[in-house]
Formats: sequence, C-alpha cells, structure tokens
Amino acid sequence: MILLIQYTIIFASVLLLVALGGCFSEHSGVINIGLEGIMVFGALGGALVMSSMPDGSAGFLVVVLSILASIFVGMLYSMLLGVAAIHFKADQTLIGTAMNLLGTAGATVIVKALNTAANPDNPSATLQYVNARKSFLIAQGTEFNWFMPLALIILLLAWFVLYKTRFGLRLQSCGEHPQAAASVGISVFKMRYSGVLISGALGGLGGLVYITAGVSEWKFDNGVAGFGFLALAVMIFGAWKPFRIALAALLFGFFRALSNVYTGFDLLKQLNLPSTVYNMLPYIISLIVLIIFSKNSAAPKAEGIPYDPGSR
Amino acid sequence: MTAGNKKKKTSFLSIPAVQTVIASLLCILAGLLIGFIVLLIINPGHAWTALTDILKNFWNYNKPATQMKNLANTLVKTAPLLMCSLSVLFSYKVGLFNIGAAGQYVAGAGACIFCTVGLGWGWFPALLASIVFGALIGAISGVLKAYRNVNEVISGIMLNWICLYLVNTLLSGVKNPTSPYTYSISLKVVTTDGVQSTAANPGATLPQLGLQGLFSNNKYIGLAIILAVVISVGIWVLLTKTKLGYELRATGLNKNAAKYCGMRDRANIILTMAISGALAGIGASLLYLTGYEEWSVTQASVPAMGFNGIAAAFLGGLHPIGAIFSSYFIQHITDGGAQLNKQIYPSEISNMISSMIIYFCGFVLFFRLTLMKRLRGRGDRKGGIKA
Repeated sequence: MILLIQYTIIFASVLLLVALGGCFSEHSGVINIGLEGIMVFGALGGALVMSSMPDGSAGFLVVVLSILASIFVGMLYSMLLGVAAIHFKADQTLIGTAMNLLGTAGATVIVKALNTAANPDNPSATLQYVNARKSFLIAQGTEFNWFMPLALIILLLAWFVLYKTRFGLRLQSCGEHPQAAASVGISVFKMRYSGVLISGALGGLGGLVYITAGVSEWKFDNGVAGFGFLALAVMIFGAWKPFRIALAALLFGFFRALSNVYTGFDLLKQLNLPSTVYNMLPYIISLIVLIIFSKNSAAPKAEGIPYDPGSR
Repeated sequence: MTAGNKKKKTSFLSIPAVQTVIASLLCILAGLLIGFIVLLIINPGHAWTALTDILKNFWNYNKPATQMKNLANTLVKTAPLLMCSLSVLFSYKVGLFNIGAAGQYVAGAGACIFCTVGLGWGWFPALLASIVFGALIGAISGVLKAYRNVNEVISGIMLNWICLYLVNTLLSGVKNPTSPYTYSISLKVVTTDGVQSTAANPGATLPQLGLQGLFSNNKYIGLAIILAVVISVGIWVLLTKTKLGYELRATGLNKNAAKYCGMRDRANIILTMAISGALAGIGASLLYLTGYEEWSVTQASVPAMGFNGIAAAFLGGLHPIGAIFSSYFIQHITDGGAQLNKQIYPSEISNMISSMIIYFCGFVLFFRLTLMKRLRGRGDRKGGIKA
C-alpha cells in the first residue's frame, strides 16, 4: 500500500510538471507535441550532471545542479520548437514529432558516444547515478523525494502566474486571439517564446524526476516510454487549468502505479486483468473526456495556428 | 542569349515540383551536415568514412551477391515505411494530420500476426484483416473529428498507445514462451487438450514471386515491395484523377467551401481517415508477413515506423511518387547506420539524421514562400503570377 502511494505521488509529480509545461505552451498558442523529446533531453542533462559529480559531493549541490541542468537543457531543446513554430511558421505537429524522434535518437547517440569514449567495450546507452540519486530522497529507505514538494510549489506558482499576473494573462490572450493581443501592444512572438521556454523548463525537470523515480540508472534508448504523451493526456483531462491538471496527474499517476504494483493487492489480483489494462486506462479516459466535452472545448482557441500579424 | 537564359532559369525555379525537389534535397543536406558535425565531435578522424559508410549502406560489401542481399533487406523494410508515409500524406492532402498512423500500423501488425500465428490463416486473409483493423482505428479518429470535433492529432496519440497495449495483450497469447517475441509467422499455435504446441503454416508468408533469384536468395523480398509501389501509384491516381480524390482535396483546402458545394464533409473526413488507417495497417502486414521480424509483446513504446512515415511523407514533398524515393532513402540511411564501427560511433546516428531531416522539412513552406517573394522581387512576372 505504501508502495502504491509512493509510486502514485512520484508519477503524479512527473505528469504534473510536464503537463503544466504543456499548459503554458498551449496557452501561449503553441501546441507542444514534443514534450516527450524535451523530457528525454532534460533527463539527459540531469543524468550527466549526476553521473559526473564525484561521489563525495554535497547532497544539496547535486540536487541543485542537476535540477538546473535539466531545466537548462530542456529550455534549450524547446527552442527547436520555438524557432521553427514561431518564427518560421512551421507545422507544429511535424516539428513536435521530429523532436520526439530526435529526443531518443540524439540522447542515445550522446550517451553511447560518451560511454564508448570512456571504454570502447561499453557501447551501452545507460547512465548510472547510484549515489547522486540518494541526495534527492527526503527520508532514506522510502521513495519520497524533494521533487514532490517542488512539484507542489510549482503548481501553486503556475496557477498564480497564469491567473494573477499581467504576464500570465497576456500569455493566455496570445493563445486565445493573438491579433487582439497584438492590437493592445502585446508582443505575440515574445509571449509565445516565453510559453515554449517554460514548457521546456518544466518538461526537462519532469524528465529528471522520471528517471530518478525508484531507479538509479537509465537506458536512454528507451526514451521516457510515452510519459510525454501521457502528460498531454493529463493536460487535456485537466482542461488546461493547473489545479484540475494536478487532480488529473494524481489519477493517471495512480493508474500507472497500479500497473507496476497491482499484484500486491489480492482484490486486483483476483480480477486477473493484464497490467496493460492499467496502462491503457489513462488514454481511454482522456479520449472519452474529449468525446464528451469537445463541443465546448477548453482548449486555447488559437493554439496550433502560426501567428501572422497581417491576418485578422 | 544570357538574358534569355536567366529568364528561363528563374521561371524554372517557380515550378512547384522543382521547388519541392530542391527543398527536399536541402533538407537532406542539412540533416547530413548536422550528422557530420556530430560524427566530427565524437571522433574527427573517422567522421568522413563514417558518413560515407552510412550513405553507401549495402555498397559497403565487396561481393555483388552480398550487396544484392542487403539491398533486398532494405527494400523489405522500405515497403512498410512507404505505406505509412502514404497514410500520412493521403490524410494531409485532406487537411488531416494522421499522427495516428503509428497506432494504425500497430493494429495492422496485431491483426496479421494473430490471424496467421493464432488462427493459422494464409497470408491473403491476414493481409485483409490488417487492412480492416487499420481502417477501423483510422475511422475512429475520423468519426471523432467529424462528429465531436476532436482534434485528430490528439485522438491519434491516444489511440497509438491504446493500440500498443491492446496488441501486446492480444499477442501475448501467441508468444514464444522462451522469448518476449511472438512465434514466427511460419508457425501456427495448436492447442490440444489444453497444451499449446506449434505446427507449420507455410501459407502465411507473402509469395516471393521469384524475386529471391534477383537478390541472392534473400528469404524476405517478394510481393511486399511491388505491392507498395503499385499502391503508391494507385493513391496518386486516386488523389489526382478521380472525382473522389478531387472532393477529398477540396475538403482539405476549405471544409466550408466544399460543404457549400454539396460535398459531404463529414463522410469525407471519416473515409479519409479510414483509407489512411488501411494504408498504415497494410504496411504492417507487408513487413510482418515476410517473416522478417517478430513482434515483441513487452515493447513499451509505439514502433517508430509510423512516425518515420511522417518523415518520408514530408521529405517526398507530400507526393505519392516522391514518397517512394524518400521512403527508400530514409530506410537506406537507417540501415547504413548499422554499417558504422560500433566501437567508435553509435548506429543511432542515422535515426538522428532522419529526425533532423523531418525537422528541416518543417521549414519547407517558409522556404518556398521566401523563394517566391525573391522571384517576384526580381520582376519575374511569370513567377509572380504563378505564386
């Protein structure tokens, strides 16, 4: 039971962070299908810092540096989307798909190159960070880590920024009606870049949280196993609103955790459902939610449409 | 004379087909350049040989017989990629982005493997089953788009994962107990008195049509690649030469105008997604029914084939005939990556190059607009009017 709660909260914090990232990007008017790729690169940034820190490093330093690295790399990677979608009016779905493919392929190439450079007989795509990971745990022996309170703080911040600051409201206006926003002097380009950058930062951080969830090494040729897409589902289920996203993240995190540990519950074991059912449920639920609510969808009106100052 | 030449040259550049080819070649060059830079960073000494190794793929072998055998392997994997790219470009022509091709491909794979290994069917009914299931998944996206206004990209992504888990569950029943893979399709599962065993099912593999003679007895080459090329031409004819194709493209260009002209926009959307799904579904059977590889029921991510189809579709200038060449090229460099010396370079570098190529394809529209502006700026009236 404790195990289930732990995993639910871990997966929920990953999903919450990444989905909030997607939420910022979409509120600014850019669809970010590339969250999966951003997560992989953010995870890579964090993992590289963790695995290269000497064993005796202060725990606090490890935590801060790896978080900063994942955020920075995530933001950098998200600029692939920003530049293409905002400046060059590229198809956002196409760019996102490219970013997802590049995420896994690129991270694998980097890790394998580093591993082979260190030892030609080790062409694996695995990075290890056994000791560094322990610094993230609040209490040794459990899986509760510092990312959980951090995710909560970011949730509150995200809500505050989106609804209570001038920046957030302007950002949202660019996703609803960019021409109207521009007419009152808001720079749509700047707002959209900010949205994409924030999604890069949160997506990258989410990637780091994911690869430290109960494991102390990561095989980068696996990518992040669809968590970026699951986060998109969370965002949709959460109707693009931070607190609803948090609830959705808890629900979907619960399903994902169940698929890992359901054998520990007699009742569920008797149901004898394959673990794939629990993996599938979040996607089925989001699809049903879309079917029911899509007629008056909460999605930002102008998302996915490149901003053209000349059109009205 | 020189002036005449110049005029001819600029109007030549304003032909859409020429622009498409130039744009695709530029995307490839840019992708290769990035790949080369990465190779240089990893190990400058061997970078150039590595790049040529990737591009040469089967030419790396000295014996012509081995070359042909490896060329055949590349062709075997080109067929499903081509079908996925047709799936993507067909729906894109109708204004729908079929990111769900990956899931439709998975559904097709599940259908054809289950029909052959589980039910002991021959290749033809199995192929039909993969078409039906691919089309079904596509049609779900289509119905959701037409009647509930659900974005086909979002429903496609959800369905990709649903299909993956469903197919993993379905195929667990025909899994080889000693590995995570399903039984080879040349076998069928027979249950006698509750005990599973296997029997031969030779009719499940696609006919080779004597092609193995051309390709040094490659076991896999055959009907698949021929069928894929024929279907590409068929899609081209359907899109450009038939009333249905005209209607579909009109719906894609302006849904409301098409509706106003009396076209049934909802039915067209559903039909498009179903055809799209059928193409991706048949693609899966063109790979799995050759016996080239088996399905791993523990795979935790959607196979990249459908996503690579997006790459091939855009690189081929969203033209069914262009897709033949771009699909081959992408598969060619992917296989070329396996030629690299693994002690120096990771083979995934070729995946990286193809993903960079897709990325650059995103800039094609911008490139063409700028080119047209340029041409107009030069006072080339012909080009200006055409734009």
